[in-house]
Amino acid sequence: MFDATSPQLPHAPGVGYKAQHFNDIMADAGPVGWLEIHAENYMGMGGRPLAQLRHLSERFPFSVHGVGLSIGGEGPLDADHLARLKTLCDWLQPASFSEHLAWSSHDSAFLNDLLPLPYTAATVKRVADHIDQVQSTLGRQMLLENPSSYLAFAESDMSETDFLAEIVARTGCGLLLDVNNVFVSATNLGYSPQGYIDAYPLDHVGEIHLGGHDEDEDEHGAPLLIDSHGREVVDPVWALLDYTLAKSGPRPLLIEWDTDVPDWPVLAEETKRADAALAMVTA
Amino acid sequence: MITTQTAFRKALLDPAAPPPTGLNNPGGEQATKRFDVYRNNVAVSLTDALETAFPVVHKLVGDDFFRAMAGVYLRAHPPKSPLMMFYGDDMPDFLAGFAPAQSVPYLADVARLELAIRHSYHAADATPVAPDALGQLAPDSLPHVTFTFAPAVRLVTSQYPLHSIWAANTNGDTSSSEIAQTAQPALVTRPEFDPIVDPLTPAQSAVCTALCEGASLGEALRHGGAGFDIGPLLGILLGRHAIISLKT
Amino acid sequence: MSKTTTTLALAASVATAIAGLSTTAHAQANEKCFGVSLAGENDCAAGPGTTCAGTSTVDYQGNAWTLVPAGTCETTTITDAADGVERMGSLEELDRDIPA
Repeated sequence: MFDATSPQLPHAPGVGYKAQHFNDIMADAGPVGWLEIHAENYMGMGGRPLAQLRHLSERFPFSVHGVGLSIGGEGPLDADHLARLKTLCDWLQPASFSEHLAWSSHDSAFLNDLLPLPYTAATVKRVADHIDQVQSTLGRQMLLENPSSYLAFAESDMSETDFLAEIVARTGCGLLLDVNNVFVSATNLGYSPQGYIDAYPLDHVGEIHLGGHDEDEDEHGAPLLIDSHGREVVDPVWALLDYTLAKSGPRPLLIEWDTDVPDWPVLAEETKRADAALAMVTA
Repeated sequence: MITTQTAFRKALLDPAAPPPTGLNNPGGEQATKRFDVYRNNVAVSLTDALETAFPVVHKLVGDDFFRAMAGVYLRAHPPKSPLMMFYGDDMPDFLAGFAPAQSVPYLADVARLELAIRHSYHAADATPVAPDALGQLAPDSLPHVTFTFAPAVRLVTSQYPLHSIWAANTNGDTSSSEIAQTAQPALVTRPEFDPIVDPLTPAQSAVCTALCEGASLGEALRHGGAGFDIGPLLGILLGRHAIISLKT
Repeated sequence: MSKTTTTLALAASVATAIAGLSTTAHAQANEKCFGVSLAGENDCAAGPGTTCAGTSTVDYQGNAWTLVPAGTCETTTITDAADGVERMGSLEELDRDIPA
């Protein structure tokens, strides 16, 4: 496995790894300095998925990004799933592990979506307890990612940024800041994305995500952006990234592209743009 | 106003239900279309996962039928585990009992084969026995040999020409595929990383089943009937790296 | 079959099986690693907006279900060797050729 002299991801562009890009990445990864995988796709017992990781991990540091743990679930964490995450992390020794501020399982059904949470003291306690359990089971710090929001909970009585700061204070976890999610949520719920960044605990950011979104509108014609990860990052999100990096300094920067995945050159162009954004604050 | 995950989940999978209360548009009124974003994410992502998982079932019944059927399936059988790679374990039984699909009676068997291929793809790696390992044994001991099979081996029995139906819908032109009407079980193996599906005769399938269950070569032969030649079956099993150890 | 006949037949079958095997060395590692994923995958992307997939279902137990299978099952013709009749997309379950 990759011999990381430091357990951190490099302050370089990374990409969400897709099996069809294996040859391209092995041949010439361009500015890509690390790879991220969705943990659940590598929980089989063997075969090609794990063989690919074996080869890639000799050349790149990895980030393991869980999409199915349901950290915000009302019920207890799925112990079997947590054990699978531990097996994967123990084997791959990734530089980072992250999960979402969301829930996806309830009453023994996994709903395959990142579902939203109300921001209340009760949710803080539940999420913090679950993160404590994850960090003690995996024996490592995890990063928690902010969601894309499409609606608001009437019961919420704190801001998302205050919620995240409270979780960090209680658990010692780090944060994964998805700048596209900030833009999507701010547009959908009508607040300033720059204001969100100003209020966000940037010191704790271990990784930044960038992705493309779709545009729709609600029943009143108000903008409704969908976090589809199916196209290029739009200019206002690149601008929000620059705004963020100017305050935070360089961070590991991931391009996510999950639906209608393009050929490698299209993705490579996005990583070059990410590299340029990093260069502006690294000098 | 507390919006529980029980209420959220129930409305997610029931399009006729009103959105849960306590979920708002930015203006403060009850969210409707915004809640539909989540309904849509769940239905589309699970339907897409099933379409990827059962490409031949999809091809056999057509896109409109498949996606409508997937809508029924995902609400009756939402995933029990977060591993989407294995979603659809209940599909064969579901299809067998799904009235609108009864005109295609082999559909459940095709679904079983497609599940077997996926499980084979993700099965543990294993080192096969040397190709001539059986040849090294004294002829007298051959009837007593038992095999351990690789974790990636799956045998899907069928009363239908399963392999032909699957192959005709996997490899190119299906406009005028003629399918021989004989029972044709399918053996799934994984010599390296890609599962391979071979047709077996019913006699070979019966012998292979016995071997998988731990019968010795001599015992298993009896399931093949009079005059059964095990050579071709052994050729497939050895050639496809299906056998990982021998015991006498 | 006598025990000796079984042993002899087995030995002959084994010899034939081994003789037919390809001795090509198996390529290892890298080049075999390439390939797209075979199964559905997890990701953290949202679906395409608010299309009707999430808000409509067809109740197949009621009268609403009008769809019929309309893919290659219509052209995957199964010919019955016994009566020569072609059946489009449907096939009686076979009981023959199954060893007891």
